Amino acid sequence: MSVAAVSKSPLADGEIQLSVKGVSKRFGGVRAVDSIDLDVRKGEILSVIGPNGAGKTSLLNMISGFYQPDTGSVTFEGHNITNARPSQIATYGVARTFQNIALFRGMTVLDNLMLGRHVHMKAGVLSSFIYWGLAQKEEIRNRARVEEIIDFLKLQDLRKQPTGSLAYGLQKRVELGRALALDPKVLLLDEPMGGMNQDEKEDMARYILDVNEEWGVTVVLIEHDMGVVMDISDEVVVLEQGRRIAGGTPDAVQRNPEVIRAYLGTSKSKGAV
Amino acid sequence: MFHRESGVFKTSYRGDMALYPLPIAKWTVGIIAAIFIVVAPLALDDYYLSILNLIMIACVGAIGLNILVGYTGQISIGHAAFMSVGAYTAANLATKLGWDFWLTLPAGGLMAAAIGALVGVPSLRIKGLYLAIATLAGQLIIEWTINHVPAISGGTQASIEVPKPALFGYELKSQGELYGFLLFFTIIAIVGALNLVRSRIGRAFVAIRDQDIAAEIIGISIFRYKLLAFAISSFYAGVTGVLYTYYLGIANYEQFQLVTSIDYLAMIIIGGLGSILGSIFGAVFITLLPTFLRNFMESFGGLFFTDAELATVVPYLRLTVFGLLIIFFLVVEPEGLNRLWRNIRNYFRVWPFSY
Repeated sequence: MSVAAVSKSPLADGEIQLSVKGVSKRFGGVRAVDSIDLDVRKGEILSVIGPNGAGKTSLLNMISGFYQPDTGSVTFEGHNITNARPSQIATYGVARTFQNIALFRGMTVLDNLMLGRHVHMKAGVLSSFIYWGLAQKEEIRNRARVEEIIDFLKLQDLRKQPTGSLAYGLQKRVELGRALALDPKVLLLDEPMGGMNQDEKEDMARYILDVNEEWGVTVVLIEHDMGVVMDISDEVVVLEQGRRIAGGTPDAVQRNPEVIRAYLGTSKSKGAV
Repeated sequence: MFHRESGVFKTSYRGDMALYPLPIAKWTVGIIAAIFIVVAPLALDDYYLSILNLIMIACVGAIGLNILVGYTGQISIGHAAFMSVGAYTAANLATKLGWDFWLTLPAGGLMAAAIGALVGVPSLRIKGLYLAIATLAGQLIIEWTINHVPAISGGTQASIEVPKPALFGYELKSQGELYGFLLFFTIIAIVGALNLVRSRIGRAFVAIRDQDIAAEIIGISIFRYKLLAFAISSFYAGVTGVLYTYYLGIANYEQFQLVTSIDYLAMIIIGGLGSILGSIFGAVFITLLPTFLRNFMESFGGLFFTDAELATVVPYLRLTVFGLLIIFFLVVEPEGLNRLWRNIRNYFRVWPFSY
């Protein structure tokens, strides 16, 4: 029995899948996020950019449920997830990776990916305890799906390596794999290319594009490498000091005077590179 | 030497995910099982069987505690109290309602699981040393309650005599018969725990231990799984208490005091956290050490001490040596006996071509 490659979303391409409305978050006196609106359409790659401290990661944390917004709401495919727990949001089909890699370091690549399948497995205490029978069938079924992801990300030779012993770039790839194992509808990526060299960045960009185009997964991307962002994004949203200052196609955003000011001060040069 | 993956290929996920993927390991486990099931009860006399019996009881408790501490990363110094919950539940059901062991055993386990999950509730908010203190409070409260509620403790001595376990009307009395009784449940406990930790639930436990934030993001409800870990672990503890009660023929709170909790923690730390085999090593080590030291003192103590001195010195010396040995083992191999065993195994895996 095979596993569906991607969970079915009721929406057609281009419809609004994830909607953030007027969301704000304060930490003490700091307005980390200041009434931001964001609509993510199904099947697109949307990048969120901005200088350090602009509130990008805070925004992602509110979508994935780690922070509760002070005001505003977050809706995903008709579910109000504003105050939902992260584990609940994951079951709706929202997966994410972290800026600082958050793998289970002592576990093998395989176990990390199998953990990504957690929401698709149902074995309870008793069937796990007995194992032979239900739990084993389920393990094998999900293992097959995990192997597809291992093939896709070219991790075959690392299957049984503990993730803590892997090189940085590979750890980032395994983390992407773990998020993909959830068969997400929306993938939130927090600086997936941070700290990578050019080759690794190109590989990662290719994986993101493949996931988006072949599997139809919507991608929300935070990234500092403008070359990559402008190349692969369908839409770019720019934050500065917790506020949204611009949004639109990569071309439009590059020409936006507000964006140029935020990134380059008052220079007249065109296009933030 | 023989334990090597080289040349062993798997063509199915089922084969690759087997408990013992290597043929040699399957044989080893089979032979060890045969020794314990067939050879040991025939070859050993009552004294050695009684030691094995105590080791098996300790094994069940240590495995349970390791699921909580080693795998899930939560600490409990209240495990002896959970054992006493199981023990007194079974004893009361056996004496007042006349239930058989196949009913009292799960009942004792379930009651302990319920109490354990309750004591585990603070783990949702607090970690590490703070949680240790919270579970310590659990230990003391349970101890006190059992001691002061006659309905539970059965009166003045706070102890209840239970009939020996009976199988189809036949009472299991001798060490050999009890050996069979305990071995049956120990094997279930070991195999069940091995299955648990390699499947969905066990992986979720380890995920919570390693990275609770990442665990939450992939859909593992920390709340549920922490409580589940406490419940499963306490279930094992409760069963340990029931087994011990049947073994001794009496439920007595003195067997389940704080020191016992510490003993079990010592077992899993010395054996190896996050390892079922390590729990067994630890249980063997901590159970055998006092016996071994006593025998050693009785044999060689005469060389250093007079008989009168021996009587006063030996008990203290035993404790001292006990403590020193534990420290020694932890310094030599902080990750426990299981790590030691794995190092030996890995050395021979590529022997004689280590590089």
